[in-house]
This record gives sequence, C-alpha cells and structure tokens, in this order.
Amino acid sequence: MSYITINGDKCKACYLCINECPKKLIKISDKTNNLGNHIVEFEDPEHQCLACAMCATRCPDLAITGVYKDK
Amino acid sequence: MATQVFKIPESLRDNVKYSFCPGCDHGVAVRLVAEVIDELGIRENSILVASIGCSVTTYDFLNVDSLEAPHGRALAEATGVKRAQPDKVVFTYQGDGDFASIGLAESMHSALRGEKLTAICINNTTYGMTGGQLGPTTLLGQVTTTSPTGRNLEYYGYPIKIAEHIALCDGTAFSARVSLDSVANIRKAKQAIKKAFEVQIHGLGFGFVEILSTCPTNWKMTPDKAHTRVREEMMPIFKPGIYKDITIN
Repeated sequence: MSYITINGDKCKACYLCINECPKKLIKISDKTNNLGNHIVEFEDPEHQCLACAMCATRCPDLAITGVYKDK
Repeated sequence: MATQVFKIPESLRDNVKYSFCPGCDHGVAVRLVAEVIDELGIRENSILVASIGCSVTTYDFLNVDSLEAPHGRALAEATGVKRAQPDKVVFTYQGDGDFASIGLAESMHSALRGEKLTAICINNTTYGMTGGQLGPTTLLGQVTTTSPTGRNLEYYGYPIKIAEHIALCDGTAFSARVSLDSVANIRKAKQAIKKAFEVQIHGLGFGFVEILSTCPTNWKMTPDKAHTRVREEMMPIFKPGIYKDITIN
C-alpha cells in the first residue's frame, strides 16, 4: 500500500496538491493548524495511491514530507 | 515494506519552515536547488551568496555556508569568494529585480568575464517583497502598484529577457529559462539547475537559470490561477528553453 505523509503545521492552505493528485486522494480537512489554516489530508480507503510524488513535487512548503511506494 | 520515493532534501535545514506566502513558487525553487546539491554531493563544499528581495532568507533554509550581499551585488560578491577560494562551488539565488534591475551591471559583467559561478534567478514579473511594484520583467499591460493603468510601452519600455541576454555573453557556458507551472516543468527545471552547477564544477564558465515563478499575493490571484497566468501570459513572451549550452557540439 503506497501512501504519503503530511506535516499539517507546514501547510499554508494553497491547495495546489489537491488539483495535482491524479486519483484525487487529497482533500481539505476540517482540522486547522496553528496558522489557522484548514490543512489538507490524505484519504485512500481503496489503496489507489500510485506514489507518483506529484503532490510532493508541487507542494511549495514541504508539507508533504514523504512519499512511500509499496514494492 | 514500502520504499521512500520522495523525501525532504538533506541540504535543507532540519524541520525548515519557509517564510514565503502561500502558493509561492520560491519554495519549490529552493527545494530544487537543495535536491541538486544533494545529488551532486557538494553540500560541504558550497557557498551561497543570498540577495535582497524575497530570496533574502535563503540562508535560513539551505544548510550550506552563506553570505548576504547588498542589493544587486550578489554576483560581484560571489566573484570575490570564488577567486579567493576557487575550489568551492559558489552560487547565487536572486530575484529578477535584484539580478536584472539594480544588479544588471554586476550580473552581465560576471557573465562576460566568464566567472565560474552559478546564478539562479527567479522571474515573477514584479517586486514581490516591497509590495508588487513595476520591475524590469513586468509584462506590457500588467497592472502593478506603480503602474496602475498597466505597463505602458511609451513610458516604461519593454521587459528584459534575461536568459537571452546572458546567453549572448561569451563567458556564459549555460543559460536556460525554465518554468514551475506544472510538475513536468518542475522536473525540467531541476535538470537545468543541475547543468548550471555542473558547468561550474567542470570549470567551463558561467551557469545561469532563469525560473518563471508566481507571486499570488501581488498578482492578487489564487495559487492555481497564478500558474495559469504563467502558462498563458508569461510563457509566450518569456519562452522556456536552453539558450546556450557549450557542452553540446
């Protein structure tokens, strides 16, 4: 199962990653961080993540800290 | 067992938090420079000369030895560093106002002298840090705080095409313009930055990369719309491409 890790404290809510994900697995969360931003969260109940790392490549603030690909 | 295919570059300081506005492509550009430094294995051997503008705090993010230069004089200072320590990899990270307006003489003459330096220049068509004034790369018709009716050709003249001008200098080994509007172009940008460092490491001459970037705050756009503007308004005028590469042929 491939997945990404998000550091919510760094998210500045530009939401560029949401458009970038080819499987639309990233969405805006109800939670806020200490900047008051609604952060993004990763939800993948059907294990669709490709580990393409396009979200992490796009993220300007290093909030997506890791992309892990299942062998 | 999952393998990590993306991680934060080691050349960035631990748990770094950028001070850039939300959606600003400066963050991507700094990360690409850090990734290239990691891949070339030159972190212990590099010296950054930071400039004035939004790029001023680069030394807070990159885990390399660094200096701060007066406005526009980053390449003059870098020349001194390189001549004193020729075995070091010396690079500057500048904005378009710093590189092509106040520092145009320093920048052009560094390229003409063929200094073994790498210069990264962010082009966002405005002075981002001081509030979005008209800069040397502002497009014709673009509204800024000092050109409220749009850049007027008769009054302000044409925007400068930096990568083409640097490519005309005989001391330049590599000059390219890249864009950060899409993931595919981000990957191309990384290749260009790597090449600009390699020409310095091999002592071939001046390496230069102009990066088309966004300024969502001063353009008064969402980050996503700002990328559309880069694609539709900037890229037809500032055409991405490699304008000089002496390693080909």
